[in-house]
Amino acid sequence: MQYNHPRTERILTTQRVIIASLGCLALLILVFGRLVWLQIIEHDRFVTASERNRLQVVPVAPPRGLIRDRQGILLADNRPELRLVMIPEESAELTTVLDAIDKRIGLTGDERAQFYNRLQSRRRPYDQVVVKTQLSDQDAAIIAVEGHRFPELQFDATPRREYSFGHLTAHAVGYLGRINSNELQNVPETRYAATDVYGKLGVERAHELTLHGNVGLERVEANARGRIMRVMSRDDPTPGTDLTIHLDIGLQAKAYEILNGRRGAIVAMDPKTGGILALVSQPTFDANQFTRGISSSAYQALQSDLDLPLFNRALQGQYPPGSTIKPMLGLVGLDLGVVKWSDRIQDPGFFQLPGMERRYRDWKRWGHGTVDLAKAVIESCDTYFYEMAVESGIDRLSPAMGLFGFGQTVGQDVLGDGSGVLPSRAWKRAQHRQAWFPGETVIAGIGQGYWTTTPIQLAMATTALANRGTLMAPQFVQGLDPVSRTIDLATPADWERMAREMERVLHSPGGTAAGAGKDAAYRMAGKTGTAQVAGLGQDEEYDAENTPEHLRDHALFVGFAPATEPSLVLAIILENAGSGGSQAAPVFRAMSDYWVLERQQGALPPDMAWVRRIDAQLQRVDDQ
Amino acid sequence: MRALTDRSAGQIESFRPKRFSARYGIDPFLLVLLVALMGLGLAILYSASGQNTEMVIRQGIHCLVGFAAMIALTFVRRDIIYQLTPIIFAVAALLLLSVLLFGTGAKGAQRWLDLPGLPRFQPSELMKLALPAMVAWWLTRHPLPPRPLDVLIAFIMVALPVGLIAIQPDLGTSILIAASGFFVLFLAGLSWKLLGSLVALGLAALPVLWTVMHDYQRRRVMTLFDPTSDPLGAGWNTMQAMTALGSGGVDGKGFMAGTQAQLKFLPESHTDFIVAVIGEEFGFVGMAILITLYALILGRALVLTARADHSFGRLLSGSITLTFFIYVFVNIGMVSGILPVVGVPLPLVSYGGTSVVSLLIGFGLLMAMQRSNRVLSGE
Repeated sequence: MQYNHPRTERILTTQRVIIASLGCLALLILVFGRLVWLQIIEHDRFVTASERNRLQVVPVAPPRGLIRDRQGILLADNRPELRLVMIPEESAELTTVLDAIDKRIGLTGDERAQFYNRLQSRRRPYDQVVVKTQLSDQDAAIIAVEGHRFPELQFDATPRREYSFGHLTAHAVGYLGRINSNELQNVPETRYAATDVYGKLGVERAHELTLHGNVGLERVEANARGRIMRVMSRDDPTPGTDLTIHLDIGLQAKAYEILNGRRGAIVAMDPKTGGILALVSQPTFDANQFTRGISSSAYQALQSDLDLPLFNRALQGQYPPGSTIKPMLGLVGLDLGVVKWSDRIQDPGFFQLPGMERRYRDWKRWGHGTVDLAKAVIESCDTYFYEMAVESGIDRLSPAMGLFGFGQTVGQDVLGDGSGVLPSRAWKRAQHRQAWFPGETVIAGIGQGYWTTTPIQLAMATTALANRGTLMAPQFVQGLDPVSRTIDLATPADWERMAREMERVLHSPGGTAAGAGKDAAYRMAGKTGTAQVAGLGQDEEYDAENTPEHLRDHALFVGFAPATEPSLVLAIILENAGSGGSQAAPVFRAMSDYWVLERQQGALPPDMAWVRRIDAQLQRVDDQ
Repeated sequence: MRALTDRSAGQIESFRPKRFSARYGIDPFLLVLLVALMGLGLAILYSASGQNTEMVIRQGIHCLVGFAAMIALTFVRRDIIYQLTPIIFAVAALLLLSVLLFGTGAKGAQRWLDLPGLPRFQPSELMKLALPAMVAWWLTRHPLPPRPLDVLIAFIMVALPVGLIAIQPDLGTSILIAASGFFVLFLAGLSWKLLGSLVALGLAALPVLWTVMHDYQRRRVMTLFDPTSDPLGAGWNTMQAMTALGSGGVDGKGFMAGTQAQLKFLPESHTDFIVAVIGEEFGFVGMAILITLYALILGRALVLTARADHSFGRLLSGSITLTFFIYVFVNIGMVSGILPVVGVPLPLVSYGGTSVVSLLIGFGLLMAMQRSNRVLSGE
């Protein structure tokens, strides 16, 4: 080591140290300046940024309103359902985890497929994906014990819609399904921020917004991965409104019991309020399948079933009304002055338009003899109504029958029903671009030809007869303002007279439903109908035995009970079942007896054990 | 060497220096400041690690090990250090070379060396001290200021390890090591003319540097000018760190109550970005205390630098001190968004054993340079 100039070196290095200190000081001032800017001047901006980082507003779905029947029996409930969910981002090996689940609690191929479907659908990272629904407590325990081995798995308890009588009420109450983009466009978006289900049919659909309630908000603190650390504050959701509907679960069950597997539809209404007491379409399905998450194979089966269980016959089934509309046609004829109660005709068993060859035949080959309006209703004489229709003319007949609601959907909270066809010159021109032929007026007189109605339309039209002139629009939910229409007749007493003749359909020896009305403890009123499905040639005989089932006649019946002060209106259609008098009328009698006698017109509660049994029997039919 | 045997001489008493640090090497003032800083660091680490006691204890052990090494170094005579310098530099250079050949990587860079029987370490840490010592050793062989030839040779000494570290790649460390060598040259009295042309050369080299930089390095530099340009990538760290600092305000959100850090929005919150935790939880006041602490350490170390009674000690001490300060500046600058994100820990506060131990060894060297050596000073 050499120390030649220690003094000069010391001066030099000390100088440099001082210069370096000044440089350091400059850098320190720079850092302080930056901190003043960050922490004091721009403080507010960064507070906002930091709050936006950690605080999230999470919408909370409101509990959906419950649905009860007219006696307060719970039809649609919310039950907590335990689900196994996965955060796939936290899983290293999806298939291994799925296999592990399968080994422990079972995972069907269908469940696997659904998992992958959900995985591929649009989702935010770190969103949960459902692996398995409806976990039993035991299954949950098996997985939970090994929870540390599957950090990606979580449990999730969400309320699930449960229908107490999934089969009985599927067509009336409807069901909930996953909300789709179309439906999302039609609802206030913020209210549905936390909702992923939507009423698909029936009451659930019609009263969706009422049942839904309003979304709640939770302000939560979340970490950088989006996991919620704690809840800061919460605005509770507004629960959906509970609904009590007019439906009577006992009457509904009775209808299914009587139908006993036969295809058809029954609509029961309270003529005083228009309330729908029963709305039955057979075959039916289990609404709970949809809320539990229906497997694609089960859905395929429902869709491809030739008997169309998903098809709501009571609302969408469009059937020729046949003779069931003869009482209404008769009243129209009286009102127009075309016929009088005292007018009589001779019925040779057919009708011919003047100067035409073609014979329009009566169902009774040899005719009814001397026929007045009363007898024409009681015995369902076709010839009388052919003649009356022709004399009235379609241009007067059609608008008058429109007053009963034919040709339009019934409105109110009944959604998705068909309008049917009320035949008229204008309708035919619009639909077929053809002129109206006189012969079409003839068959319109017996509710055939172009004429189609839905079961719910028939029930509604029948309320006008039951109420002697006041038509009640059907409604599901109680508490709505009744919607009615008074149909004015030139002679209002004709309403009562027609009701009496309809009574004789069941309670006089010649009545077409005399068999069904035999030995009744009370009086009821109604009208049979047998609707042709296939047209018959001029000389063909209808031969039920040799006609393929789906071309056989539909059996219809409309009626009300008791005949005076009625509390029940029914419209019944049995598909391809044959004659209305022999097939549909007994159904009416049984329904009516149940309502009027057993239930004391709805005053007594139904036998719930029996109701549950009927629902369970439908389940068994389903499983076959 | 002769003086070592001269212990019995009566004049020893009169030679005995009056200052404590000159007598024992240990400077109590600097010692207290370092302990205070490490204490603060451990407290912050407790919060930043999410109350991970185990991690705090491990860091405490790192501090103790470093502390012991520092104290031990103060007992080493500075002429021994002086004499060992070329050997240590050669070893460090060889280790750097072997990292390139047999090193193990972390996050795409080869920086670590696994030597049997030794804990895994980064040879670049050793070079951080070996290089300035070597340059100081070289320059003090002749009277200062250095002659042009010595400067040139010193530049080659700097360029060799810097190049080796830059291709690992570890741009941050290589720049800091280059700086430590440069500080020696600066303190040795490098002429202003040369300094000026050096700065000009450096500016001219920037475009070249840009072309040899890795993509991720370029992105980091870019986000410096606009942190929002890559909010989910390189800009994320800076934005979250600035948010943490800024939202801390004047007095902070409170100990363990910083939402950015506790909810893990802040990346690397216990290592490179720990200063953001301080800023968030203790605010501007906390930052002022921290920076004042660093400033005091800097000031004291510079005073000690000036007091060292030999040029080698002054050059080495000065370089260690200035490099320490540059670490502080680069770290806080990067966290507060005035410098690009380079992997530089906050000295003595960030979690990590290697950094703490090597920094304390640096301070040990600095203190060792304080020891009065009769052999040297008497000559």
